[in-house]
Amino acid sequence: MAAFRPFSSLLVGGNTRQLLAKRGAAHFNFQPSDAPKEYGDVRQKMNLCQAVNNAMDIAMDTDPSAVLFGEDVAFGGVFRCSIGLKDKYGADRVFNTPLCEQGIAGFGIGLAVAGSTAIAEIQFGDYIFPAYDQLVNEAAKYRYRSGGLFECGKLTVRATWGAVGHGALYHSQCPEANFTHTPGVKVVIPRGPTQAKGLLLSCIRDDNPTIFFEPKILYRLAAEEVPVGDFMIPLSKAETVRKGKDVTIVSWGTQVHVCLEAAQLAQEKLGVSAEVIDLQTIQPWDEDHVVESVKRTGRLIVSHEAPKTSGFGAEIAATIQDRCFLHLESPVNRSCGWDTPFPHVYEPFYLPTVWRVFDSIKKTVKY
Amino acid sequence: MLSRLSRRSPFNTSIFRSFATARERDEFRLQEYSQKYLGYRKAVFTEKLEIIDSSKAEAVPIYRVTDGLGNFIDSSQDPKFGKEMSVKIYETMTQLNIMDRILYDSQRQGRISFYMTNFGEEGNHVGSAAALKNSDLVYGQYREVGVLMWRGFPLEQFMHQCYGNSMDIGKGKQMPVHYGSKEHNFVTISSPLTTQLPQAVGSAYAFKRQPNNDRVVCVYFGDGAASEGDAHAAFNFAATLDCPIIFFCRNNGYAISTPTSEQYAGDGIAGKGPGYGLHTIRVDGNDLFAVYNATQEARRVALTNKPVLIEAMTYRLGHHSTSDDSTAYRLDFKKVQTWGDKDHPIERFKTYLVEKNWWDDEKEKAWQKEVRKRVLKAFGDAEKTKLAHFHELFEGVYDQVPELLKRQRDELDNHLKEYGEHYPLDRCLRK
Repeated sequence: MAAFRPFSSLLVGGNTRQLLAKRGAAHFNFQPSDAPKEYGDVRQKMNLCQAVNNAMDIAMDTDPSAVLFGEDVAFGGVFRCSIGLKDKYGADRVFNTPLCEQGIAGFGIGLAVAGSTAIAEIQFGDYIFPAYDQLVNEAAKYRYRSGGLFECGKLTVRATWGAVGHGALYHSQCPEANFTHTPGVKVVIPRGPTQAKGLLLSCIRDDNPTIFFEPKILYRLAAEEVPVGDFMIPLSKAETVRKGKDVTIVSWGTQVHVCLEAAQLAQEKLGVSAEVIDLQTIQPWDEDHVVESVKRTGRLIVSHEAPKTSGFGAEIAATIQDRCFLHLESPVNRSCGWDTPFPHVYEPFYLPTVWRVFDSIKKTVKY
Repeated sequence: MLSRLSRRSPFNTSIFRSFATARERDEFRLQEYSQKYLGYRKAVFTEKLEIIDSSKAEAVPIYRVTDGLGNFIDSSQDPKFGKEMSVKIYETMTQLNIMDRILYDSQRQGRISFYMTNFGEEGNHVGSAAALKNSDLVYGQYREVGVLMWRGFPLEQFMHQCYGNSMDIGKGKQMPVHYGSKEHNFVTISSPLTTQLPQAVGSAYAFKRQPNNDRVVCVYFGDGAASEGDAHAAFNFAATLDCPIIFFCRNNGYAISTPTSEQYAGDGIAGKGPGYGLHTIRVDGNDLFAVYNATQEARRVALTNKPVLIEAMTYRLGHHSTSDDSTAYRLDFKKVQTWGDKDHPIERFKTYLVEKNWWDDEKEKAWQKEVRKRVLKAFGDAEKTKLAHFHELFEGVYDQVPELLKRQRDELDNHLKEYGEHYPLDRCLRK
């Protein structure tokens, strides 16, 4: 259902920075990460788009059954994530589909049922909803309903995700919570190139259907040294990206960088030590990791771009009050998008900005 | 075998027994198939084993009125526009083209966030709009600006929408080119593709139920959008529920980078029509007269509650949008130039105007200058107009702002009291 691709020009080479600069800087500063040694010593600078491309390249190289498809995928994809792969692996493995998300999802399920690894691209997370039936009623329940006779664990659905500054209602949404309410599918969101590569390879090779949301604003903007070899970051494991002792902040995707900046501000302006956790896999999520942190800090803030009500933050808040009730020094705070559609020109007022997260830290600590 | 089965069957045995001959039995079944299964199409049996090879079927012909040079082929098909109508058609197409150029460039300069041009499709917009009544309801996809322009949507409003400022009808909620106007019977554009099709059918059904209905719905979509499940739903609903609707497909050869050769394998979009029970025509979309005639006839048919599918064959001369560089996949750029040079709908129509002595170079020059001036004035004014107050972001989610959102709005207000310096408050109107 991709009507537009308003960002690809921003994402093609040199134009990116100029155009972004013209329209005002992004609402965050990307904080690169240093991959653990075990992921490999040989590294190369990659942005998130190249890291996704690299992961798919490795997946296709190591698994001859793997195919990659979606709208405009053949020429490299509107965000250029699949560039070069058709030439390398052939048109029968990397191909365009007709413009139909329900078709893409159902076709992917069928491939997986028949034993092929299916990497399906939905051009925008905002356009995943025609595929909702296939993903929620079919992919998620295949194993359960057939006594394990049939399953589609080899399906991975990639979709772009999140705010970019001017995407408005239909090129900005973060629909993770629409899928976390569906047992049977895994939902994964990376915060940078290293995680994009390692987590995507895990999703592709996981024996469950996975939905991999790619923060599209990071495609070009986020670059770091990424291990060039074949490595996987385990699913359902959160990562502490900043150590702290006064308050725990849980987030994922782009918002991790907003939270890191807010945590730094809190250190400088308030002398508050905030711990930041990147959840990475949103479902099934790493409860124990968050519980351990909150038991130490006694305070929790959850932050996501998606609207507050029924966002995944609500699930985390409920679980933490259940498992950490006597450790909590203040109510769990949610710093999220407002309960409105994603507005075009008012995006700076909609987002849980650095200053809103900073204020949450202040209020939570001073409660 | 048949007799044994029928003896066993608890149903219809008496009916079958009463048929003495095989022929009587065949006739009974053919009548049943025809009336109940095939929409009263004549059912026949055949003993020839043949799987239909769709590639062998003849393509639906392309209806045209003028040749590539703009000359009438069969004078009986000349809709005989008067001077006023002809000039208005030409002026609308050229104004659209000039506005597109200016807004495209302004996006390149970073002044608006996004734009989509209508280059090469001006003929199918204006030709169809001119054949509709202004009271007919239009659902667009996004590349139908000429329809709205024909109906008199002011230049100022196009600009305000692209800036999303406080004068924008949509108050800055949507990306540029998502126009809408109740006054002009044009439902506000939504980015998701094809969602408008079944909705349009619903509106048409509502019209049908009005006493003495004289309105149809015209819904526009592209060759790519026709692949969505919603297209199937809409065609089927319209045909089974007998709706006064025109499905207008702008087949411009591309869905972003995907060529039509990878979008469908049948006889285009028109080829689908008969399968759904839709009246169908394929038309030369760059021949304004043909588009006009086809739409006018489709409107007549649709008003009798027979839905019509029009496939207008055209070519997307521009990139998909300002985010697209089509040279990455339209490698034979000469072909694009050929389409622009040899089959431009505006040029084809201009031939007609000039031959009638209703237009000349001097008029052209003056008109271009005037439009440019008006577009730039409207553009400059829109650029200077502030955004609405930021509270607007909470408006329109529901008919009234619920308590939950009021609390969130208060939270934002309190936040901005302390942190306002970090937000673009100066771009917004004050309360």
